[in-house]
Amino acid sequence: MPETARPVPFRGGGFRPVSKRGAGVVVFVLLLAVIEWGTRAGWISSLTLPRPSDVAATLVDLARSGLLWTHLAPSLTRLLVGSLLGVTAGIGVGILIGLFSYVRAGLIPLVAALFPIPKIALLPLFVIWFGIDEGSKYALIALGTFTPTVVATYGAVDNVDRTLVRMGQSFGLRWLSIVRKIVLPGALPGILSGLRVSIAIGIILLVAAEMLGAEYGIGAYILQAGSLYDLERLFAGVVILSSLGVVTSWAIGRLENWLLRWRS
Amino acid sequence: MELTVEKLTHRYGDVPVLQDINLHIPAGEILCVIGPSGCGKSTLLRMLGGLERPDAGQVLQRGSAPADCLNPLTFVFQDFALLPWRSVGGNISLVLEDHGIRGQAADTIICDVLARTKLGDFRDALPRQLSGGMKQRVAIARALAVNPAVMLLDEPLSALDAQTRELLMEDLIALWQRQPFTAVYVTHNLAEAVRLGHRIAVLSRRPGQVREVIEVDIPLSDRAPGDPHLEDLQSRLWQIMKDEAMAADQELLDA
Repeated sequence: MPETARPVPFRGGGFRPVSKRGAGVVVFVLLLAVIEWGTRAGWISSLTLPRPSDVAATLVDLARSGLLWTHLAPSLTRLLVGSLLGVTAGIGVGILIGLFSYVRAGLIPLVAALFPIPKIALLPLFVIWFGIDEGSKYALIALGTFTPTVVATYGAVDNVDRTLVRMGQSFGLRWLSIVRKIVLPGALPGILSGLRVSIAIGIILLVAAEMLGAEYGIGAYILQAGSLYDLERLFAGVVILSSLGVVTSWAIGRLENWLLRWRS
Repeated sequence: MELTVEKLTHRYGDVPVLQDINLHIPAGEILCVIGPSGCGKSTLLRMLGGLERPDAGQVLQRGSAPADCLNPLTFVFQDFALLPWRSVGGNISLVLEDHGIRGQAADTIICDVLARTKLGDFRDALPRQLSGGMKQRVAIARALAVNPAVMLLDEPLSALDAQTRELLMEDLIALWQRQPFTAVYVTHNLAEAVRLGHRIAVLSRRPGQVREVIEVDIPLSDRAPGDPHLEDLQSRLWQIMKDEAMAADQELLDA
């Protein structure tokens, strides 16, 4: 009996994320629309969730009154100074761990011991060491961003293609040239993806520190709203934090695209 | 400059990889080293270039390198070892920068070696834009830029397809004829060995020992693919190597 010919079923495809523009926005808008509808129709009580349009109005008020900037400016400064200190020190120590066996043997256990400590628990200590005002907050964010940066950096240095290093040696390149021209650029992709995690941790610690003692700052603003059970203001603060997260992640993405142009 | 290997022996932990190797590499000649996989060919080459230290024995260099030589012992690697973040020109200037050669002087050298490897139009291309054969030509151009006294080629064509391999072999022969260089060429491909080697050293399976050194007295330019003399030689080499290769294939890696 002659078999009928049929096409070979397709089994490939998938497992390859491609960029779909706007999908993220659609999910956001849809979610907000459902909440808005629910709060207006009454099947979401105003105690459970605030109305998105009220949150938006609160944000607009906040911006008009200039209070937005009063809270945002100190927060941004703290995040910037703290994570700059932490990330710079982290990259430096990470590279030393990656390059020198003694530093590695000496510091990896220390970093492993520091990593799981909830840094916020150390805030009282930092207040004694660095003062009640900005110093302790900088230190907290710096320490919080330091450990993940160290781990990401020495991992990235370990992963630099050894044949490239050997190539450098075979052409008689100086040690410093090999580090600067081969090891550092080779470790950059890993360092940058570690930066995403570090900055996110930095934002979390920023808010925590501001909740524990600050007059101005997004964290203080959220804490104030929370203790008054003012859901609109609380959510306005949360929206600002989320935007901060989105903006920093976007900025790191741009940085990656620019610094890693050589990747396909 | 010529190299001499004297009683070179090496072990990795408990595993002996090279045993009592004696070789002479005279100036202006290409020595091909062949042997079954895992016989320590690449280790031997790294020792010739000072990238690894033998347990016993030594590698001696005799005579001085040419005056404008920047790096007497220069490698060409199997996987090209190009920096992906540097352009073709940047990869070549990398090996000049440490010698203080920049600007105009570097430019002259880069243009010259790119012309010699037929890459003149690709100076600003990134490695990811190049085919395998072009990447290896860049690596060869980079090696030529330092004007080496001895070229150490570690299976330079093994990562390439057969057609590209043939083209690059012709390129290498042309380069040698233009300016004879000293080279040690490690390969497991017998056809490459008979085409490029003035002498061919056959290593035994691990621990690698020199089984035989065969002279090939046909000039490089007269060797074409399919030449009956070369075919004969190739089957002779295969006879020597066959048992070794079969035995090597049966060995456990960490027995």
